Amino acid sequence: MATGELSIYNLVKFQAIPPDWPGGFWWHWLFFTVVVIGFVLTMVMGVIYIERRGMGRMQSRLGPNRTGPFGLLQPVADAIKVLLKENIVPVAADKIVHWLAPVIAFAPALMIFAVIPFENGALLADLNIGILYVVAISSVSTVGIFMAGWGSSNKYSLLGAMRNVAAVVSYEIPLVLAIVGVVLIAGSLSLNQMVVAQDIPFILLQPLGFLLFFTAGCAEINRSPFDLMEADSEIVAGFHTEYSGMKFAMFYLVEYAEAVAISAIITTLFLGGWRGPLLPPWLWFIVKVMLVFFAMVWTRTTLPRIRIDQLMAFAWKFLLPMSLLNLFITALQVLADWPTQLIWAMIIVNFAVMAIIILIWSRFFFRLGWGRIEV
Amino acid sequence: MTIPLSGKDVASKIEEKFPGSVVESSQDNLVVKGNFLLDAARFLRDTEGLDLDFLNFVTAVDYYDHFEVVYWLSSLEHNHSLTIKARCYDRENPVLPSVVGLWQGADLQEREIFDLFGIKFEDHPNMKRIFLWEGFAGHPLRKDFI
Amino acid sequence: MAVRTEPFVLNMGPVHPSTHGVFRMRATLDGEVVIDIEPVFGYLHRGIEKLAEQRTYTGITPLTDRLDYISSMSNNLAYCLAVEKLAGIKVPERAEYIRVIMAELQRIAALLIAVGAFLNDCGAYFTPFLYMFRERERIVDLFEMVSGQRLTYNYMRAGGVSQDLPEEFMPALRKFMDMMPRFMDEYDRLLMQNEILIARAKGVGILTGEQAINCSVSGPVLRASGVNWDIRKADPYSIYDQFDFDIPTQATGDCYDRYRQRVEEMRQSLRIIRQAMEQLPSGPVRAELPQLIRPPTGEAYARIEAPKGELGFYLVSDNSIAPYRCHIRPPSLINLTALRDMVRGWKVADLIIIFGSIDITVGEIDR
Repeated sequence: MATGELSIYNLVKFQAIPPDWPGGFWWHWLFFTVVVIGFVLTMVMGVIYIERRGMGRMQSRLGPNRTGPFGLLQPVADAIKVLLKENIVPVAADKIVHWLAPVIAFAPALMIFAVIPFENGALLADLNIGILYVVAISSVSTVGIFMAGWGSSNKYSLLGAMRNVAAVVSYEIPLVLAIVGVVLIAGSLSLNQMVVAQDIPFILLQPLGFLLFFTAGCAEINRSPFDLMEADSEIVAGFHTEYSGMKFAMFYLVEYAEAVAISAIITTLFLGGWRGPLLPPWLWFIVKVMLVFFAMVWTRTTLPRIRIDQLMAFAWKFLLPMSLLNLFITALQVLADWPTQLIWAMIIVNFAVMAIIILIWSRFFFRLGWGRIEV
Repeated sequence: MTIPLSGKDVASKIEEKFPGSVVESSQDNLVVKGNFLLDAARFLRDTEGLDLDFLNFVTAVDYYDHFEVVYWLSSLEHNHSLTIKARCYDRENPVLPSVVGLWQGADLQEREIFDLFGIKFEDHPNMKRIFLWEGFAGHPLRKDFI
Repeated sequence: MAVRTEPFVLNMGPVHPSTHGVFRMRATLDGEVVIDIEPVFGYLHRGIEKLAEQRTYTGITPLTDRLDYISSMSNNLAYCLAVEKLAGIKVPERAEYIRVIMAELQRIAALLIAVGAFLNDCGAYFTPFLYMFRERERIVDLFEMVSGQRLTYNYMRAGGVSQDLPEEFMPALRKFMDMMPRFMDEYDRLLMQNEILIARAKGVGILTGEQAINCSVSGPVLRASGVNWDIRKADPYSIYDQFDFDIPTQATGDCYDRYRQRVEEMRQSLRIIRQAMEQLPSGPVRAELPQLIRPPTGEAYARIEAPKGELGFYLVSDNSIAPYRCHIRPPSLINLTALRDMVRGWKVADLIIIFGSIDITVGEIDR
């Protein structure tokens, strides 16, 4: 580690290149690029399968079970079907923007995985500002989505894109504030260091932070109950209404890649990443990612969707004060050296605090309202 | 049970208020003149004891020489009903006053009658075809359509 | 600096996931807020009223199946009542009981779809919808036993029903009746108290009682607005005056009340079916009638409380074998009169759930 100061040099300097790698940097880069792309694509297929089958079971039906054993090849069949479809571009669309949008949306979803550790030190780039990088990169997708909505020259797309931008801008704040609590306890911005610091999973030390991050994360990636950017019963498919064929497949991929990314970040920040007994670390990592994703599927099949003004109100009036309170309490505890000295007290106090402030806030200060505007 | 009001009784009441407005009346229904339709309808809706505040349906029947527009009214309060009718003898340009101002429920049904019978309702806020497209030739439910 | 904005027109439908068929709404929006809306119909217009003028009285029954195609039995019943009223036909007692059982089962089936589709419009991704389809499937199985069909039953005839109940029907019905209350509780637990659903539906799209009456709204929508008006009680047809049941009403007339109203009505329907099952007499199921019914000159209007509201048939006879005029009073179409007043000022998302809470079938609107 050179200097602690933040500079361009630090941004591009990769910290944890294993010195024993033959060929050094470039081999490492090539190997992990392939691993990341392979991991994302396989995981997307896996989670699509989990989502479709799991949702089937929850909705008292079977789900796809014809392609391959237990329908395991269903994602492959889906992919082939979508890729073989005709590519239709609306006449009035802005061709370049329409074409560029899925690419711009897809690249960041993939780039997030550069800093996520699959094992101790096994990651493409152990940035010392890893979590900042994640926050920065993950909001770039929004640009792609807004380009898709604008470039399609379709009113449903535009509505969906507008909703998405509004949601991402608002939810970024509680999301980041929820992360800061973890950063305070771990004492590092590097994702690998955070995992190393988790002798007990941070979900126990930061239960409120976990809930906030999960909720805000769901909103960022359009998962139910915040899926109103592509609300199928309202605005058909939102920003990707006018997409077909390969370009639609890209958006489909983005959706699930982002879901996997958020699950992976939650796993890394709160669930102890690759750490776990008995099983090999990478397997622990995948299992935890799948579990988090399953929770998302669960909420999707259970909850109705909230409305755009309620979505905004929820971010600014509920999540933001909650995350500020959480940050304040965590900061006090870190100052008092609780994470190292009084760890069990901290767990109990934080769970109690979570229950009390959520209860008080939702009873007395905030309720999902309804509003009619006189026209 | 919903009690059907006697057309004759109601006809005498309307006749008292608006002389010369009722064409004919029987036990089941009464026929009012087109130009008195709105007055009669308002009278039926607002008179104490009648209170026919619910318009069950509006429809039309084509009798070759005239159209008959049927209004089936009922009162939720007193649980009685009454059928009133109005006739249009002009086949080329049949016109009747619209009752949308009194019962908003007539809105879509009058448009339907306009579409399928060609009877125009004056003062209807949105008098245009409802099921068939603009420019469709003829009015299908007329007996001479096919 | 004031931002200059302008309203834009959004064409919802005719092909749209939540317009319940081929229905189109021309919505004028200011951002997300609905300023104005104009429903556009006619994509499913088949001219059933015109077709009916060229068919015999018996031959019209299959046409009525295609009106509100998710409650065919109710349509059959309304039409047969109109013909019976016109021709003065008396129906055997067993047939009346069978008709009541069928009509109430049909009401449950149709309301299940209405509630499921409403929750789906709220964004509960198909889960409640499929749960409710599970039970509807059992009702459809029962209908298949008696009529051989699963959607367009064509079971009732003027003067009774087409055939007697098969042997396996009553045990199957009893089994269904034992299970159904448990499922009803399950639906209540599923979403009735859900915070998001309450935030989305309570206070949204209020239709006052006066407004509802003025717009000729009928059925669950009217009763959710606090008007105690059910044709089964107010103007009993068939043998509804022999059964003991309540007419539930709600207070405010918002989307949540309409949802609750439908759930409560299903419970009342179960009560009626249970009584009808116990009292079911034996005997013929169809009156002796000539092949072609030739009612005397005259007119008749018979109405029933269909799942969606007052469904009526206005028949004019000229003493021939086909009606001179057959008018159908479609509850779906007339309930939509109130839509514009209900949605103005709400958001696009509310537009969808208000529309869903009215519960329409396009087959009945366009006819």
